[in-house]
Amino acid sequence: MADLTDLTLLEAAQALRRGEISSRELTEACLTRMQALEPQVHAFLATTPELALQQAQAADRRLKAWRQDRSQPLPLTWGIPIAVKDVLCLQGVPTTCGSRILEGFRPPYTATSVQRVIDAGAVILGKTNTDEFAMGSSTENSAYGPTHNPWDLERVPGGSSGGSAAAVAARMCFAALGTDTGGSVRQPASFCGVTGLKTSYGRVSRYGLIAYGSSLDTVGALARSAADLVPLFEAMAGHDPLDSTSMPDPVPQVSLEDADLKGLRIGVPREYFIEGIASEVEEAVRRAVQVFADLGAQVQEISLSHTDLALPVYYLIAPAEASANLARYDGVRFGPREPAQDLWEGYFATRGARFGPEVKRRIMLGSYALSAGYYDAYYGQAQKVRTLIKGDFEAAFQEVDLIACPVAPTTAFRIGEHGDDPLSMYLEDVFTLPANLAGVPGIAFPVGFDSRGLPIGMQLNAPHLGEPALLQAAHSYQQATDWHKEHPPL
Amino acid sequence: MTASTYEAVIGLEVHAELLTRSKMFCGCPVVDSTQAEPNTAVCEICTGMPGTLPVINQRAVEYALRVALALRCQVAETSVFARKNYFYPDLPKGYQISQYELPLAQQGWLSIDVGSGEQRVRVRRVHLEEDTGKLFHREGYSLVDYNRSGVPLLEIVSEPDMHSVEEVKAYATALRSLLRYLEVNSGDMEKGVIRFEANVSVRPSGSETLGTRTEIKNLNSFRALVRSIAFEIERQSRLLDAGKTVVQETLGWDEVRGVTLSQRSKEEAHDYRYFPEPDLPPLHVSAEWAERVRAELPELPDARRARFRERYRLTPYVASILTAERAIADFYEDALAAAPQVSPEKTANWISGELFALLNQAALDIDACRVTPRALGELVSMVESGEISAASGKAVLAEIFQAGGRPQDVVRARGLAQLNDPQEIERLVERVLQENPQQVQQYLDGKETVSQWLFGQVMRAARGRANPRVIREVLERALRSMEENPPTA
Repeated sequence: MADLTDLTLLEAAQALRRGEISSRELTEACLTRMQALEPQVHAFLATTPELALQQAQAADRRLKAWRQDRSQPLPLTWGIPIAVKDVLCLQGVPTTCGSRILEGFRPPYTATSVQRVIDAGAVILGKTNTDEFAMGSSTENSAYGPTHNPWDLERVPGGSSGGSAAAVAARMCFAALGTDTGGSVRQPASFCGVTGLKTSYGRVSRYGLIAYGSSLDTVGALARSAADLVPLFEAMAGHDPLDSTSMPDPVPQVSLEDADLKGLRIGVPREYFIEGIASEVEEAVRRAVQVFADLGAQVQEISLSHTDLALPVYYLIAPAEASANLARYDGVRFGPREPAQDLWEGYFATRGARFGPEVKRRIMLGSYALSAGYYDAYYGQAQKVRTLIKGDFEAAFQEVDLIACPVAPTTAFRIGEHGDDPLSMYLEDVFTLPANLAGVPGIAFPVGFDSRGLPIGMQLNAPHLGEPALLQAAHSYQQATDWHKEHPPL
Repeated sequence: MTASTYEAVIGLEVHAELLTRSKMFCGCPVVDSTQAEPNTAVCEICTGMPGTLPVINQRAVEYALRVALALRCQVAETSVFARKNYFYPDLPKGYQISQYELPLAQQGWLSIDVGSGEQRVRVRRVHLEEDTGKLFHREGYSLVDYNRSGVPLLEIVSEPDMHSVEEVKAYATALRSLLRYLEVNSGDMEKGVIRFEANVSVRPSGSETLGTRTEIKNLNSFRALVRSIAFEIERQSRLLDAGKTVVQETLGWDEVRGVTLSQRSKEEAHDYRYFPEPDLPPLHVSAEWAERVRAELPELPDARRARFRERYRLTPYVASILTAERAIADFYEDALAAAPQVSPEKTANWISGELFALLNQAALDIDACRVTPRALGELVSMVESGEISAASGKAVLAEIFQAGGRPQDVVRARGLAQLNDPQEIERLVERVLQENPQQVQQYLDGKETVSQWLFGQVMRAARGRANPRVIREVLERALRSMEENPPTA
């Protein structure tokens, strides 16, 4: 066997079951690769090698017992090393959200999503880099320095789950948890050539996910294929009494054997092929749509007529919610506190020194949108338009089973390319925001490369709670193509 | 003009903590925040740690429904929690989860009586929210206790229907009584479980337009409530008298100096940037749920007051003091059951007179009283049947108030059984008359007040145990026969 880290999650899981390899060996292989590549990639904000090796040993004991008595089912994640985005709490492990305001913060609790993958035997290698409080599309907004795209170290991995995407692409882990508020799983998956699942709002508990835009935040995962995502999805999804917005619906088993594109109706929204989309991206996505058609899907053009309003609506609702969610970072109960003479000076000094510029921008934007006299015109109006966008998706899903579209208008851009122009950066999310506003799931997966050798992704969306259909469709595509098997030259 | 030519217009916001076992949005216990060690009833949720989420305490909703329904409010089938944003160290999330546009219940009323008959104070809204922590200011620094953070809080907002401090006090008292009847709040004002904010304005009597109002915050006792409003009415009236205007502002109350103080003006007023709480789905209260809560409501103070007046023939005053507390009303009715042959009025008088005096003296609540309702009923029966004298009854009550026990045992032990036998009393009267010929002569000479003195001598001879009615009869008869057949000098 060449290198254990070249295995897919499912291959590794089968090898573990057969006793050909141990979780400890897998974990050590990942840690070795992390050690070699982290200086270039900087995917992690904290690594937990001791915890990982401990978990790996425990997993090995259980695997051994399971091989002797297979009466109890064992999740496929058992013994698999993964990474966790640093906005998800893990008890006792530094959790910073890429912000200096949470420097040194060690939560005394673990996020439900993380706990569930740990309960399913996963081994946690560390916490991955993110734009500060998940606000950004490049990981450049991390207070701890950007993550570098494994396909081209001069380029961003996308964001905000850029650390997770880069770690998976660089094969430092078999999968990673991410979060998606406006595209933060799908866009970095696209930029890094991996497969990323954004779950439906309410499908995975948000408890322990440090909030950015509470009505939009979702927990997802990134891996090397749709098939590898299935066990993670099954482990994380389902009702959590600690999250009142989590859905009570049972989580169906995702059967990839049944995956069949024949007769599946796929809609391609005309509003997503706009000026500004890179021609190579458009061509690759259209070719991929053709692959679906060739595999038996019925492709038709559809309309999501309020698509152009998604961006302004998102940049009112998400910052408004963020302005409240980030009020708790006041230096009083946790995190560092800047020296000050009195209470108010303390607030100003701590928040002034320790929030980055993008976070401050969104707090101000959101506070403004909610303020007396402006609420109706901004936040109130945005909520109404959000309902229209949701209505677009509901109407579309009367006609089609899935929606196919690009993930981002471009491939990975150079670090610093968007510089001081936040608006041009915001446009990166134009194709991913609508799914968050509508609460529907999405999956991003590689469908080609541009002339610079950078991965191009495409996105599928399904109705609320339609993750199984997404995973099956992406799996069918990946059965017929090899884009997801390409590795970056690291 | 003088103050009397102005009419005050007053509305009240009442914040009442709900006596649930756990907090509004987490599983932490609700503790007495004046007693518990600071920060011992806290968790990551009620201290606003990153990533935590609220979950609605259904019991708190049920308690709120009790109050809303008892206030005859319309309960919203769907109400919405909202975030009220402001910075303060006792507010760990930087926002309070409250209700804003769609509260739990609206449009109710509470009836009060200040001596001029029942009147209604309308209740605008009743909504649920969470309490804040508490700050302790020290020299050069402050400490925060989050034990109270997240305790369920009910806000009850009245319409500006009150026009005097008497009405305000009656409303506040009636509301406190209601909360205690519903067993959702202890009513312990000194522990801060009920707090008030008052909106006060004045206008020339007869005017229909409202004057500029001020808001007095953080009133934690009836005394502060009444004094601050009285002060504010006077202050505003004087301003208008002097041709000045009232400034719309938020005021604090300085209990020591007895004055209201400006905290912030209208311009400085907080913009709370309310918006619907995205972490909580809308709260649905089905008609069945509301109906179930309504069906389980106890008899409420005003209904019980009316029943006491009609069924037990009590005066409005006695009926209202006996129904102010559910425990007292229960005590009364239990005492009646133990003394079925006694008039309910007599039992009422013993409770509102003697027992209340003892309780006041000892600064005790009825719950802590050692006199059981049954003991009181039996005591009243013994007095009414003449078994013991009223004076002995008081002594027995005082004794069982101290030591507990049954009145019969005390009467027996102390030999307090009343002397009712006319023949024995006749002997006593005869002896007193023989021993006091001078006084008897004075009486026969027309000084009738001497008969009182003679009565006292007979009672003394009986060591206080004789039935006074019988003494009076026997004494009168004896004196009359002496008038008819004067003794030879």
